[in-house]
Amino acid sequence: MKRFLLAAAFFAVLLLIWDVAFRAKIWSPVLLPSPWQVAGYLESAAVDGTLAKATVITMRRLLIGYFIGLIAGLPLGLLTARWKLFGDTIGTMALGLQTLPSVCWVPLALLWFGQTEAAMLFVVVMGTLWSVVIATETGVRNVPPIFRRAALTMGSKRLHMWFKVILPAALPFIVSGMKQGWAFAWRSLMAAEIFVTILTGFGLGQLLHYGRELSAMDQVIAIMLVIVVIGLLADKIFFSPIEKFLHRRWGTSQA
Amino acid sequence: MHRAARRRSAVSEELEVIAPSKLAIENVSRNFQSASGPVLALDRVSLNVAEGEFVCLVGASGCGKTTLLNIIAGLERPDSGRVLADGKPVTGPGRERLVMFQEPALFPWLDVFGNVLFPLKLKPNLTNKDRRDVAKYYLELVGLSRFERANIHELSGGMKQRVSLARALAPNPRVLLMDEPFAALDALTREQLYGDIQEIWKARKKTIVFVTHNVREAACLGDRVLLFSPHPGRIHEEFAVNLPRPRDINSVDLAAYATQIMKALKSFGQAEAAVSR
Repeated sequence: MKRFLLAAAFFAVLLLIWDVAFRAKIWSPVLLPSPWQVAGYLESAAVDGTLAKATVITMRRLLIGYFIGLIAGLPLGLLTARWKLFGDTIGTMALGLQTLPSVCWVPLALLWFGQTEAAMLFVVVMGTLWSVVIATETGVRNVPPIFRRAALTMGSKRLHMWFKVILPAALPFIVSGMKQGWAFAWRSLMAAEIFVTILTGFGLGQLLHYGRELSAMDQVIAIMLVIVVIGLLADKIFFSPIEKFLHRRWGTSQA
Repeated sequence: MHRAARRRSAVSEELEVIAPSKLAIENVSRNFQSASGPVLALDRVSLNVAEGEFVCLVGASGCGKTTLLNIIAGLERPDSGRVLADGKPVTGPGRERLVMFQEPALFPWLDVFGNVLFPLKLKPNLTNKDRRDVAKYYLELVGLSRFERANIHELSGGMKQRVSLARALAPNPRVLLMDEPFAALDALTREQLYGDIQEIWKARKKTIVFVTHNVREAACLGDRVLLFSPHPGRIHEEFAVNLPRPRDINSVDLAAYATQIMKALKSFGQAEAAVSR
């Protein structure tokens, strides 16, 4: 409770500074709207449904792309860890492509798929996939051989070995890869939505883009806030509990 | 009512004391490639272990005793020779011969109970309730019932090895292969475990092959102590320990045996040093 109050006080002070800066008229109100204007935009966008619609569209793109990336990345990571041939080929490719900032996929996606949902999906998948492949591979390679041997003597083999021993043992690595993949996917999707004004639906990135076009600074800041909050929520709701569990089980916690 | 009765019998059948296995190791050899050329880790080693016998393999590190244990477990293949368990050749690892390693090798993603349950889940023809009952039984046997839900990292070294022991005993193997399981523990914990392992061995009737470099430990636990000599790994000498059980590691009679074995160990240590000079 005390921690929550402190955090709340911190954000209240930030708001206060913002409000004071606005009242002092250091910058033009076009460049720095007041917190109340931003709140006003958020309220109207919430009431007329723009915000909900854009969020749903963005989240749908993100989640579909992310899960495709996960579902493809996990087995690819396992293959690259298990067989040298895959490690030398797909593994090396994954390592190379992972260093490519995911925004760089946007021009290629546009040329290949045009102004379509497929282009969006492609960018998100590329953002996710390689991180997950690399993390899974690293995780599997770091499983202590003794776990395998112990499991062998207890009669575990093949699929049972993969699903009940190797994968769980690699879990800490895989989860951090999933988290990185999520961050990359989220960033690349925003970039794609800002660049690509496709007609099949306006996501948050597009709202941001049009805010700029219209010099509607309240809209720009409001949407940025929404994007930050979604990122925070994803972390708190999805990744934090998993990480907490891993820390508790493995004893790697920092409280 | 009928079903409940049947289920109870499945568990009691599972917990039944089964006949331990007889092991025959016939002319087993094993080479390793090292940086300085091939090393003969085991040179035509032959050994019979009777049903329910407790045999200790002693020797300096690098004398091939762990390799032999791995071969009996089926984790490694011999270059020549073979291992028979109850007359059947060992071709790979199996539930009949469970290994307890020097490091606990417990799975950190499972809690204590989950670890003991792990081998039982691989055993067919049991209901999940049977499996839980069996796991509970063995956790009680090693005195860790209260720690069922503990995470592995929360346990002390001795507790971890107790869980390992429970996990190895749970599928009711005929043979228990122990690779220096107490080497990393403090003296006090070790002493307790010597008592426990003898009790459990008596109650559960297992054939045990126990690898150690601690001569006293070997004399305390083994019916027979086999002394290995290194380069190439061979059985150098055999000692029968005729002391009543349970044995106390600090007893004077036991010390006499330990001294005798130690003397033999030192003698060929010097012989080898002379050869290499």
